[in-house]
Amino acid sequence: MADTPAPAAPTPPQQDDALHGDRMVINMGPSHPSTHGVLRLVLTLDGEIVQAVQPHLGYLHRGMEKIAETMTYNQFIPYTDRLDYLAPLSNNVGYVLAVEKLMGITVPPRAQVIRVICCEVARISAHLLWLGTGALDLGAASVFFHTFRERETLYNIIEALTGTRLTTSYPRVGGLSRDLPEGFIGMIESFLASFPGVLNEIDELLTGNQIWRKRTQGVGRISRAEAIDLGLTGPNLRATGVAYDLRKAQPYSGYEQYEFEVPVASEGDAFDRYLVRLEEMRQSIRILAQAIRILPEGPIDIDDPKVILPKKDRVLTNMEELIEQFMLVTEGLKPPAGEVYHAIEAPKGELGFYIRSTGEKSPYRLHIRAPSFVNLQAIETMAKGGLLSDLIAVVASLDPVMGEVDR
Amino acid sequence: MTGGPFVDAVPAAHLAERLEALVPGAVLETVLFRNEVTVVVPAALIVAACRALKDDPESDCAMLTDVTSVHHLEGDFEHEVIYQLHSLEKNHRIRLKVLLRPGETIPSVTPIWKGANWLEREVFDLAGVRFSGHPDLRRIIMPDDYPDHPLRKDFDVEGGPTSIDMPGRPASPGFRDMDHA
Repeated sequence: MADTPAPAAPTPPQQDDALHGDRMVINMGPSHPSTHGVLRLVLTLDGEIVQAVQPHLGYLHRGMEKIAETMTYNQFIPYTDRLDYLAPLSNNVGYVLAVEKLMGITVPPRAQVIRVICCEVARISAHLLWLGTGALDLGAASVFFHTFRERETLYNIIEALTGTRLTTSYPRVGGLSRDLPEGFIGMIESFLASFPGVLNEIDELLTGNQIWRKRTQGVGRISRAEAIDLGLTGPNLRATGVAYDLRKAQPYSGYEQYEFEVPVASEGDAFDRYLVRLEEMRQSIRILAQAIRILPEGPIDIDDPKVILPKKDRVLTNMEELIEQFMLVTEGLKPPAGEVYHAIEAPKGELGFYIRSTGEKSPYRLHIRAPSFVNLQAIETMAKGGLLSDLIAVVASLDPVMGEVDR
Repeated sequence: MTGGPFVDAVPAAHLAERLEALVPGAVLETVLFRNEVTVVVPAALIVAACRALKDDPESDCAMLTDVTSVHHLEGDFEHEVIYQLHSLEKNHRIRLKVLLRPGETIPSVTPIWKGANWLEREVFDLAGVRFSGHPDLRRIIMPDDYPDHPLRKDFDVEGGPTSIDMPGRPASPGFRDMDHA
C-alpha cells in the first residue's frame, strides 16, 4: 500500500489522454482537518503521485515579534502561550530563560525544578495530541480517545498549577507567578502511576499493527544529511539517527541532574518519528518522577526588587515596597544592553529566542526561532514522489503547529 | 546546582580566530557577551565565511539554526543580518552578523544550506532585506501584495498605508449598501 509503485515506462503524452501526461494542481487547506491548523498546501499531482508541494503560510500571523517591541519583558509572556499552543508552558519557560540569560539571573533551585515539571508535562501533552490526531488522520480513531482522556488529566494538572488550561503564562522573569498548589505532587504521582499503562496500551495498538506500519513505514523518509541541511530539530531530527537533544547537549534549568535517555531511530520515516515521540513520553515520565522526588523547599523567586514584584501585604504596609512595586509596574524591568540567543528543547524541536536589548524596558528586537517553521520546510523533501494519501501521514508525522510557524 | 541554569554550549571564542585564518578579512569585530560569540563579517565575505565554518573540521557548523535581522533608522547601517550557526558534533554555536548600508544587498547562503531558503524569505518579507542569488525570494508570512515590511522601525503600527488592494474583487453588496446609506 505504502510502496510507491515504480514509475511505469514513460508513455508519451497524448492529446485527450486523461490518464497520462496531465498534471493537476489542487489546493489543500488552509482549513482542512489533516493540516492541523491553517496550513495551505498547493499540490501538483500526477495521478495520485505528488510532484510538488508549495506551502503557503501566514494565515495565523499576529505580528508577535513586532508586538514585543512595545511590551515590557513580563508583558510578552502571554504572547508566548500562543506560539506552540499545545505546549504553552514550555514556550513560557523558553522565553523567560532567554530574558534571564540577558540579565544574568539564576532562579532558585525550587523554581528550576518546577520549570522542569512544566516542560515535561507540556511535552507529554503535546506528544499525546500529535499521537491522537496523527492516528486519527490515518483512520485509527480509537487511539484519539485514549490520548485525549490522558490529556484531560494533564490539563487538570495544568489548571491546578496555573489557573488556566491553555493560556498558562505561568513563569515570570526571575521566578514563577505562584508556588505549587496544595495536592499538586499527588496529582502528578497519580498520573505517573496510571499513564505508563495507557502508553503501553497505545504502543500495542499501533506499533505492531500491520495497517499502521504500512501507512507509516517508508513514508516521508528524509536522510540524516538532508535533515541537518534543512535545519530540522527535535524528534524529526532524532528519527534520522542524530542523538541531539538540547536538554543533554546544552542543559538549562538543571536538566543535567536528571537521568534520561535520548531516543533515536535510523530510517527517518513517519514510523520512526512515531517511535521516537512515543519513547520521549516514557523518558518524560522518568524526568517527572525524579523532579517530584528532588523538589527542594525554598523560595521560587530571586530576591531582587528590580525584577520581582514585592509581596502584596508588604506593599500595603511599607513605603519601600510600595515604591518598588510602583517602579516595576510603570517602568518594567530593564536588562543591560546586549544581545542573546537562548534555545530550549521544546516538544517540536529547538525553540530559540533572540533578544536585542538597548537597556530599555522593551526589547529593541525580539525574534522567535520556531521549530515548526523550520521543520515544515522539509515537507517538500518528504512528500515529493509519494502518494497523495501519504502526504497526510507526512504532515501528521512532521507535527507542525501553525501558531509558531506564523507567529 | 553549580554553574547556574545555563550549561552553555562549548565556548566558541576560538572560532573567531579560526575564521580569520580561514578567510582573511572576514572578522571585522568580535563580541563576547553572556558566553556567546558574535562575529561581524563584511557582506561580500558572508558566503565564504559560512562555507569555511561549515567545512572546516574544527568548527564543523553543519547546521544553520536561524537567520534574522535588526532594522535601524539612525546610524550608518540600515540592517543587521544575523546568522546563528550551530555544530551538532562539537556542540558550539557562533553568531555571524552582517551590517548593511541603505540599499545594499547581501548574498544568499542558500547554496550552502537548503534550510536558509525560508529563513531568508522571512527576513526579506518582514524586514525588507534583499538577498542576491536566492532561488525564490518571495514573501512568506505576509500576503503577496502587501506593500510594507512590518519589522522595519518606521512601520506605522497605528494604521497607515497598509490596506491591501484586492484587484478584481468587488466589494460585497452588503458593504456597498452601507457606503451609500
